[in-house]
Amino acid sequence: MMLLTCPWCGPRDETEYHYGGQAHVAYPENPSDLSDEEWAEYLFFRDNPKGPFAERWSHSAGCRRWFNVVRDTATYEVLEVYTNADPRPVVGSPAGGSR
Amino acid sequence: MAKLLPEHPAWLWRDPDPKSSYDAVVVGGGGHGLATAYYLAKNHGMTNIAVLEKGWLAGGNMARNTTIIRSNYLWDESAAIYEFSLKQWEQLPAELDYDFLFSQRGVLNLAHTLQDVREATRRINANRLNRVDAEWLEPDEVAKVCPIVNVSQDVRYPVLGATFQPRAGIAKHDHVAWAFARACDAMGVDIIQNCEVTGFIKDGDRVVGVETSRGRINAGTVGLVAAGHSTVLAEKAGFRLPVQSHPLQALVSELYEPVHPTVVMSNHVHVYVSQAHKGELVMGAGVDAYNGYGQRGSFHVIEHQMAAALELFPIFGRARLLRTWGGIVDVSPDASPVIGPTPLENLYINCGWGTGGFKATPGAGWAMAHTMATGEPHDLNRAFGLERFVSGALIDEHGAAAVAH
Ligand SMILES: Cc1cc2nc3c(=O)[nH]c(=O)nc-3n(C[C@H](O)[C@H](O)[C@H](O)COP(=O)(O)OP(=O)(O)OC[C@H]3O[C@@H](n4cnc5c(N)ncnc54)[C@H](O)[C@@H]3O)c2cc1C
Ligand SMILES: [Zn+2]
Repeated sequence: MMLLTCPWCGPRDETEYHYGGQAHVAYPENPSDLSDEEWAEYLFFRDNPKGPFAERWSHSAGCRRWFNVVRDTATYEVLEVYTNADPRPVVGSPAGGSR
Repeated sequence: MAKLLPEHPAWLWRDPDPKSSYDAVVVGGGGHGLATAYYLAKNHGMTNIAVLEKGWLAGGNMARNTTIIRSNYLWDESAAIYEFSLKQWEQLPAELDYDFLFSQRGVLNLAHTLQDVREATRRINANRLNRVDAEWLEPDEVAKVCPIVNVSQDVRYPVLGATFQPRAGIAKHDHVAWAFARACDAMGVDIIQNCEVTGFIKDGDRVVGVETSRGRINAGTVGLVAAGHSTVLAEKAGFRLPVQSHPLQALVSELYEPVHPTVVMSNHVHVYVSQAHKGELVMGAGVDAYNGYGQRGSFHVIEHQMAAALELFPIFGRARLLRTWGGIVDVSPDASPVIGPTPLENLYINCGWGTGGFKATPGAGWAMAHTMATGEPHDLNRAFGLERFVSGALIDEHGAAAVAH
């Protein structure tokens, strides 16, 4: 069972959260200019690394706010937690936050 | 049930060192990889083939699944490949000369809501149009097929009925792998364990070999059959796949007398149960929501699964859990597999079977072998190429496949 730390509510059990997949996937700036290949990329293709992965979680049974987590998908170690207002952390850098 | 396990032959396969070059290299020694090599040799006369497995033979999802075999999928494309597979299962023990205890004890897919009932009856009609055996059973008929199912209407999600596929069943998964491995070996295929593929050797956009933990191996054609690790390998080759890896777990009880004569699955309350030949109750659950490569799942998923199992089978109230385990399944956006060419020449992919690929082992191997040998998809996998994510011709099997098997 994973313990995830909501930026607003603190550490809570994983069952309080809802998973939202890869973080930082921006809606296309000019949707009408996209080719079919580009739409396919946007809709269906996500990163799936074995290692650090920036992903979205929602504290659905708590404050119901979305935030981001960098989690190692091989060890399940949570490397970073940050809000949408925070810059994307550089994983592995000592300045990157709590470890 | 309680049938004795078959005796193993004295030898199953050789343990050769890799050669420097093969006509075909299959990456991944699970059931699908072995079936691919088998049909490459048998149907296409290729014998200079290697199956490269990073761990031990069929130790991935092949060793971890709950062995349910059925073909009652909704869409024509799915019905075609799963029913082709089921027909193969029906004669493979004789063909491979190996009794892997394929037991056609039938599968019940329970319906608990009006929407379930509608989906189920629609699927029965679709199955019959595709000549797949399928029946609708009312709750009292469900109780006749499986007397231990609780069909009381006084529970939170009462059983409103079920689809029944009598030809569905289970098989001893390890024995299936060993049966294919022995047959491959007899035709000259090199099965190489402890050999991890770490990269691809390319000549422009053409793949001409693989880098492995046991050296470089040249290859005329390469098939990626790595289930949960497909995207990791695709990335090394330089392209992306529309699949995500999730942990999926299952568990077994201690051995019990034969009490459970069929396979029972419920998507709605989310558990599926059968009784292994030896007597363990085999129960599967859902995937963990998040991406993961750890071969274990979350405890709350087990709690949820056990609650569902107890409501459906009050008789299991005192059953004891023996062990749990997890696999890594590769889930695609439309819950259907990808079998076909990749953006690279000479490199073909079989992945995205998610939670339900064991049942398709023979059909997947057949189609993949055809594609690798001829460079063209077979009729069985023509609709399952990567291009469907661009064309939009998805094969949306969530209702019939989803997390259930
Ligand atoms: C808990 C659980 C229950 C399931 N229940 C069912 C069920 O009841 N019915 C059903 O139909 N399906 C079921 N499935 C799904 C089924 O197991 C899979 O769809 C199927 O096994 C996938 O094909 P495969 O057998 O080739 O995969 P695997 O057996 O996973 O084979 C892939 C192989 O590739 C190897 N590999 C990975 N990377 C490399 C590399 N770099 N180099 C060399 N080798 C590599 C792996 O070690 C592995 O052995 C279940 C799965 C799980 C986890
Ligand atoms: Zn919160």
